[in-house]
Amino acid sequence: MTTWESVQEFLSEPTTWSGPDSIWARLGEHIWVSVAAVIIAGILVLPLAVWLGHIRHGSGIATALVNIGRAVPSFGILAIAFLVLVQMGAGVGEPWAVLVALVALAAPPMFTNTVAGIQAVQPATIESARGMGLTEREVLTGVELPLSAPLMMEGLRIAFVQVIATATLGALVAWGGLGRYIVDGFAQQDMGKLIVGAVLVGLLAIAAELGLSAMQRATTPRGMRPAR
Amino acid sequence: MRVLGQTSPLVDWDWIGRNLDQIADRTWQHLSLTAVSVGIGLVISVALAIVALRWRWSYTPITWVTGLLYTIPSLALFALLVPVVGLNATNAVIALTSYTLLIIIRNLVAGIDGVPEAVLEAADGMGYTRRARFWKMEVPLALPVIIAGLRIATVTTVGLVTVTAVLGLGGYGYFILRGLNTFFWTQILVGVVLSVVLATILDIGFLFLQKALSPWARRA
Repeated sequence: MTTWESVQEFLSEPTTWSGPDSIWARLGEHIWVSVAAVIIAGILVLPLAVWLGHIRHGSGIATALVNIGRAVPSFGILAIAFLVLVQMGAGVGEPWAVLVALVALAAPPMFTNTVAGIQAVQPATIESARGMGLTEREVLTGVELPLSAPLMMEGLRIAFVQVIATATLGALVAWGGLGRYIVDGFAQQDMGKLIVGAVLVGLLAIAAELGLSAMQRATTPRGMRPAR
Repeated sequence: MRVLGQTSPLVDWDWIGRNLDQIADRTWQHLSLTAVSVGIGLVISVALAIVALRWRWSYTPITWVTGLLYTIPSLALFALLVPVVGLNATNAVIALTSYTLLIIIRNLVAGIDGVPEAVLEAADGMGYTRRARFWKMEVPLALPVIIAGLRIATVTTVGLVTVTAVLGLGGYGYFILRGLNTFFWTQILVGVVLSVVLATILDIGFLFLQKALSPWARRA
């Protein structure tokens, strides 16, 4: 059977389109865990990052965090989160370990880009804002945050794309998501399932990248956009 | 056989002692997959960076295509390559190499672009040909940025090699996958810790190389 024929066969099965192993169910799982991980990471790190950026401290921590984050394989974080949660009594197949690992992966880029983004605002700009009589809060919300929005959005984009990619590995720790098709495709030597899963994961990652790049451009204050 | 919920010691030193041979084999596999992928990645990146520097308009499409490759999750890329090349080391090397391209090319181009205009004018004044100026002035001055790119590419690749366990390879990733399937803590920890150690050693190695190759920066 050729690859194309097995893809067609997989796509013609009713379980591909309805039930707990359908494309919709797997896509839904993949997206909700990814979105939840980024939101939780944001709630956990953004207040600290914004404060550190505002008082112009913490760029050393930010750099170290990125370097450490890069050296630890995301598959390793996932495996350790899985074993810790199972030891703590979580059920195998539940999404919690994946969620914890994804939060840990999403946090560093969001933290670092927020600190760096706020610190990249020119001191002269902040001085003029203070000179115009803005309160500290107004300096933060009216000047520092809008000017650092593009870098903060870049952090969100990097985090989200990485989270989508690593959620795929969730199938290796007994969870679902679209990676289920790839891992099952390998295990069952089902070429159709393997390729459909891979294409869906690839498209989802590219869609996330393009969507958030567009948002990054949209949040850039008009005065900072390159002249046409 | 280990059963879920059964308490096993966090680190079973006996297991490590009994499996040193296997750990050495997997170290070699991890290292060679990383070295081959980053090596091929560097060669392709140098070629593409030369194209991008010579014909500026080509830089945007080159970063676009390599960026697209970089975005595709590794598990998906391994899977997509199965019908093309099969389940083997070629598959792993093609995928791993494709992830290094964006990082290395960006730093190659940024490094060369970062050479100050005054240096170029000084070289021209000293009678350097364009080719001699490129190899003797621009490349050496760009080396710190170029090596910074190689460092990031190498550390990232060490992490991604673990995922090739699904192809029956994996280096240290083999231990992680085996440990997950048998709920064996020690094996998972060995896989993760050794992977981090390998990434750190290579990172520090590149840092020394970078310092050795840019002696002028030492005083600064």
